[in-house]
Amino acid sequence: MELAGIFKYFYELLVSTGLPQVWVDIIAMVAAAVIIFGFLAVCALFLVWWERKVSAHIQQRFGPMRTGWHGWRQTIADAIKLIQKEDITPMTADRAVFYWAPIMCFVAAFAVYVVMPFGDGLIVSDLNVGILYVVAITSFTIISLLMAGWGSNNKYALLGGMRSAAQVVSYEIPMVVTICSVVLFVGSLSMVDIVQSQAQIYQWYIFRLPFGPIAFIIYIITGTAETNRTPFDLPEAEQELVAGFNVEYSGMKFAMFFLAEFVNMFTVSAIGTTLFLGGWQGPFLPSWMWFLGKTLVLVFILMWFRWTYPRLRVDQLMEFSWKFLLPLSFANLILAGLMKYSGWFNW
Amino acid sequence: MGIIKKLPVFLEKVPGGGIVTTSLDYIFSQSQASSLWYLLFGTACCAIELMATGASRYDFDRLGMIFRASPRQSDLIIAAGTITKKMAPRLRLLYDQMAEPRYVIAMGGCTVKGGPFYYDSYAVEKGIDHIVPVDVYIPGCPPRPESLLEGCLTLQKKVKRLKMQDWS
Repeated sequence: MELAGIFKYFYELLVSTGLPQVWVDIIAMVAAAVIIFGFLAVCALFLVWWERKVSAHIQQRFGPMRTGWHGWRQTIADAIKLIQKEDITPMTADRAVFYWAPIMCFVAAFAVYVVMPFGDGLIVSDLNVGILYVVAITSFTIISLLMAGWGSNNKYALLGGMRSAAQVVSYEIPMVVTICSVVLFVGSLSMVDIVQSQAQIYQWYIFRLPFGPIAFIIYIITGTAETNRTPFDLPEAEQELVAGFNVEYSGMKFAMFFLAEFVNMFTVSAIGTTLFLGGWQGPFLPSWMWFLGKTLVLVFILMWFRWTYPRLRVDQLMEFSWKFLLPLSFANLILAGLMKYSGWFNW
Repeated sequence: MGIIKKLPVFLEKVPGGGIVTTSLDYIFSQSQASSLWYLLFGTACCAIELMATGASRYDFDRLGMIFRASPRQSDLIIAAGTITKKMAPRLRLLYDQMAEPRYVIAMGGCTVKGGPFYYDSYAVEKGIDHIVPVDVYIPGCPPRPESLLEGCLTLQKKVKRLKMQDWS
């Protein structure tokens, strides 16, 4: 069952009412925004529950069990509880910056989904600079983390925000270079073109030896670092900084940071799916199911990392990025260029 | 905020409003009770039992309880271990930093009444109810994880009785 047809039917229904084109576009875009917001909210709630279950089973525990069947209502309960909590603004905080930081984080996490190809024809807007837009918008998260760190006027929050900015900036470079190597093969920045260039399974970029698997591994490592997850979760290291940049946040503002973090994890996996695993391409099942399935497998891999690896030190983290990943990704880019030019594996 | 606080009182007077308030009460109090995040706070041997309760065999997460390192994000202090006179102001500070609604569990003999070994020490606070309001007392030296879980279930029962009219 393809969802694109249903949306197309409603769009044509809207056009047939005879409204001016401007209003049709505005209504369609607002509807798309609401649908994506709803999907991502449910998705983030599900991912929090899933992470708790995965972590529990890795540590031979059960995870949430009392709140509904196997604790399925757990994150809903958490969200309702966080809404009821007192909203504290520290007396010495920079009020405006403190207030806007979680909203900024939330908006940056959601704005990426304008160009996300959920399925065949299921894309809000097929921008011709799609992947560049994604890279640009995800960088906004750093600003919100710095705002949270600076605005709370707390030494732990400031250290967490600074660490986070340093880490995200230094891991963004290998990530963008790796994305470049894929874009070099496609010859287009549009997300739809990237997916359509991988129609057959042997055309998926992960299977284009020798550059594909290396690029995929670099992407997954940098994606883990970008979302501040465990081998690289220095910004919220509990032993050193109490909880990182969100130390002073309580109630709903904290919930917004938390949801944005899980949405970011989903984003990294979805972009990974689009770039390397053929996006929504796949036989028999509808395209959006393939997209969701592949993305959730990548999400599971990120969770697996989180609950099995110890944390790196700051110097190890920086050395790993600048001395190992960056040269490797540049070498991989040259390799991809040679492959493209000479025609090896150019199906 | 004044309007929101008075809303349950208005709703009670509307015909059928009682159903709304009671079901909202149910949802709010149930969800609060099933996600009591506790603060990482352990001062003595009881903290070992607290950690054991969080780990594989007993597993706090079944009740939806996870630890938060920041007092701003936690709902519950499990005061695990001896509170000395010097630690007492810190405990009060942590309690004050927590966001409402907040709860305290006094775990172990030391926090209940000074403890079986330090009862005559000049350095130990004789019961943390001198410093912060305590919701549940768990005796023992240290209490086994089973009794800590029982204490948490008792606190859940208390939280589930909460009504919107009690909001302050």
